[in-house]
Amino acid sequence: MEVHLRVQRFHPQVDAEPHWQEYRVEVPEHATVLDALLAARDEQDETLTLRCSCRSHICGSCVMKVNGTSCLGCKTKVSHARKRLAAGEPIRVAPAGNLPVVKDLAVDLEVFFGKVKAIEPYLQPDGPPPEREYLVPNEAMLTVREAMACILCGCCVSECNSLEVEPRFLGPAALAKAWRFTEDPRDAADRHRLEFVSAPGGIWDCTHCFACVEVCPKDVKPMERILELRRRAMEAGFTDNNGARHSQAFADTIAESGWLDETRVLSRSLRGLPELLEWAPVGMRALLRGKMPLRHRRLSGAKQIRAIFAAAQRRSGEPPREHAPGR
Amino acid sequence: MVVRHDVLVVGAGLAGMRAALAAQAAGADVAIISKVYPVRSHSNAAQGGINAALAPDDSWESHAYDTVKGSDYLGDQDAIEILAREAPQAILELEHMGVVFNRDEEGRLGSRNFGGASHARTYFVGDFTGQAILHVLYEQLVHSGIRAYNEYFCTELLRDADGAVSGVTAFDMRSGEVSAFSAGAVVLCTGGMGRVFEPSTNALICTGDGTALAYRAGTALMDMEMVQFHPTTLKSNGALISESARGEGGYLLNRDGERFMRTTAPNAMELASRDVVSRAAQVEINEGRGVDGCVLLDVRHLGAAKIMERLPQIRELALEFAGADMIDAPVPVLPGMHYEMGGIRTDVQGATPLAGLYAAGECACVSVHGGNRLGANSLLETVVFGRRAGEAAAAFARSRPAQPAPESSRADAERALRALVARGGHERSAKLRLEMGQVMTRRVGVFRDDAGLREAERTLVGLRERYADVEIQDKGTLFNQALVAALELDFMLDLARCVVAGALARTESRGAHTRVDHPRRDDATWLKHTLCLATPDGPRVDTAPVSITRWQPQERKY
Ligand SMILES: Cc1cc2nc3c(=O)[nH]c(=O)nc-3n(C[C@H](O)[C@H](O)[C@H](O)COP(=O)(O)OP(=O)(O)OC[C@H]3O[C@@H](n4cnc5c(N)ncnc54)[C@H](O)[C@@H]3O)c2cc1C
Ligand code: SF4
Ligand code: SF4
Ligand code: FES
Repeated sequence: MEVHLRVQRFHPQVDAEPHWQEYRVEVPEHATVLDALLAARDEQDETLTLRCSCRSHICGSCVMKVNGTSCLGCKTKVSHARKRLAAGEPIRVAPAGNLPVVKDLAVDLEVFFGKVKAIEPYLQPDGPPPEREYLVPNEAMLTVREAMACILCGCCVSECNSLEVEPRFLGPAALAKAWRFTEDPRDAADRHRLEFVSAPGGIWDCTHCFACVEVCPKDVKPMERILELRRRAMEAGFTDNNGARHSQAFADTIAESGWLDETRVLSRSLRGLPELLEWAPVGMRALLRGKMPLRHRRLSGAKQIRAIFAAAQRRSGEPPREHAPGR
Repeated sequence: MVVRHDVLVVGAGLAGMRAALAAQAAGADVAIISKVYPVRSHSNAAQGGINAALAPDDSWESHAYDTVKGSDYLGDQDAIEILAREAPQAILELEHMGVVFNRDEEGRLGSRNFGGASHARTYFVGDFTGQAILHVLYEQLVHSGIRAYNEYFCTELLRDADGAVSGVTAFDMRSGEVSAFSAGAVVLCTGGMGRVFEPSTNALICTGDGTALAYRAGTALMDMEMVQFHPTTLKSNGALISESARGEGGYLLNRDGERFMRTTAPNAMELASRDVVSRAAQVEINEGRGVDGCVLLDVRHLGAAKIMERLPQIRELALEFAGADMIDAPVPVLPGMHYEMGGIRTDVQGATPLAGLYAAGECACVSVHGGNRLGANSLLETVVFGRRAGEAAAAFARSRPAQPAPESSRADAERALRALVARGGHERSAKLRLEMGQVMTRRVGVFRDDAGLREAERTLVGLRERYADVEIQDKGTLFNQALVAALELDFMLDLARCVVAGALARTESRGAHTRVDHPRRDDATWLKHTLCLATPDGPRVDTAPVSITRWQPQERKY
């Protein structure tokens, strides 16, 4: 079948800015977008630059944006990519997002791998290993494996909303890797790891946008790992940061009054005068638009909401919530 | 840039990273060069597992015997003994580093069955064992602080005045900058050369670069005719359906729904060794009992739960590229190029006859696989002999510290690359690569004969001539992948010649090498390795004896 591609090209030594180039190639029925790109490169234009190797979504080389969404080119079938396009409309292929372009579809991965390295991505056991294997339940290994399935392709990073505004954010791939170690019964550095990911640029920078979960080709579900790390970090007592305070204050006000008390959440999330001052203009605007009532009233159904909290806590085995802890 | 290290490892797959870690542990200052980021290496693709006689009722002797028999007695028994003896420790080391191997009910390592083995001694991580080990070795590499030159393409081995290997030249693929790396010892761990054939289960980067570099430097390539064709690959794109599908109990069926392995291997059935199963499948196809040029792999009787837990990735591949959901339909499969048993001849320390040059992993031939590699022995080879080569290289480098590479070697390499990029011509490397791959599959496949091999040889000679007329369209230095493709083709054209030369010379049928014009194994003449040595007119074939320690050749029955 014939495929019509529209590929974003960029050569920093030649082009002032990226431009689009079209290719028409003949590929077999089962072909992937990567197959089509390789046909274009092999048969028409050797200068087209893109990374790839395995062709079977295992090496993690071929992250790209197809019709605007991050994916592995070798996992995206042409037939699928065409589905939502109008007749005659080409398949659009662009480089991954949130990573600087080196040339055409090849992006710079140094920052990406740098973040992976930052989480100390190696087992840190307590003392020397046993003579034989560590005895650990298969279930634990199966759990860890959910994150070990990660091929460090960067699809999640390419799509992450938080990274767009906060480039220092460790990002979904590195944090999923951190989770892998906190879940591993053989690793003894949990506290150290949880403290590290609780710092600015860590778990509290995620905005829960689900994008990483949706695009991950290996079903690693990075966002869920991040939420899990948050829970564990708070349990371990790493609550002295904006994110943890925000989350605690958020839950507390709802448990207490049945709805969100913006003023209290804000004042409790932030620490120190400079931070409060930084947020003052936002607070003022919210106040003027009536989004932050000065007097926060308890809702009439607050009692039922407290009952929901209590039930949830019983189910999760947590101790019952105290009223407004830390005040 | 001119760089100096004690030990330089080329290749960051399992063998390369294991070698680098071992060399560092032995006290050397180590650097590792790789044309892809380490986690992109092809070791990723190994789905099935890694062998070791770890269970109390298993023994290294049994593992070694299975390997000797699997090799059709061409494997060197001294090397195989080392492989089998050191396997348990190698697996435990990986476990201690953090590999998430499957466990049994008591939390100990759990194993599965694999082809050609008399015990369930294959240890695994779901069906992504290679990836799981590769990523853990990468974690250890990060921890070690070993300097990694990622996306550097190695083009040449440097020699000192005495002829010893003293470093390499390589260029940074992103910037095009050419560097000379000098070292006391170089370890080649550049992996397989599957792309010499089309199709192949191998990744696009498996182009045998290091094997060709060693050959050009004058060391012998051994048993290059021994190419493994895996019985179960997908027709559409050559992708592998791992042996674990049969290890877990899958059947191979012909058009009439018969388990055709019953006639060839009544005991081992589908789990006979790969060469045996591939030939049987190819016969079914050739004699018209196939389905659309394939046979059928059927795992439906295992049930959805087991398929989902143990074979999820395989199911996904079949779904995607064959449109078959293995839970309720058999998948059409056929034999396809998978592994090169031959390679750079080394001793059991990974040393080549060239002082300062070591090799390990799929690019090397020590030889533990002989005429046919058993499934899950290759990952094992990478870690066992990767470690040994790293240690030996570190010891050698201590006795001969790295001399700074002369700037002229860097400048020469740069000039040669610039000239290649600048030259005009009428051929494209992609087209030549395809023609090479197709003739190799057609004439140097599961069944071979003299006439077909000679035809392949003529085609390759013609392709080599046409290579001189290849033009690289990309004239820049920045991430010039067209240049890389041309260099890889150059390497592969040399290697293809060696495969054909070995196959022509070996006038018998042994292991994966089946000559229809010489259908019997001929121990009197051919219980020998073939060696290919570079001459200006192509490879010259020589032979070398096989090491036999305790297992005399017998007829192979499965
Ligand atoms: C689909 C598939 C499934 C398999 N399943 C199994 C299995 O279940 N069990 C098993 O035991 N074996 C299996 N094998 C075989 C096994 O995976 C390989 O033989 C083994 O992983 C090879 O490892 P390696 O370290 O030698 O090479 P690789 O992992 O291929 O690494 C080669 C390295 O060399 C580098 N390199 C190459 N050329 C250059 C150059 N010019 N310059 C710089 N760097 C270079 C590359 O960047 C790469 O880092 C399988 C193979 C395939 C194809
Ligand atoms: S859920 Fe969090 S980590 Fe995932 S993409 Fe969104 S912001 Fe990024
Ligand atoms: S989490 Fe998923 S998307 Fe992100 S790098 Fe890993 S495999 Fe890729
Ligand atoms: S080519 Fe390996 S993930 Fe796409």
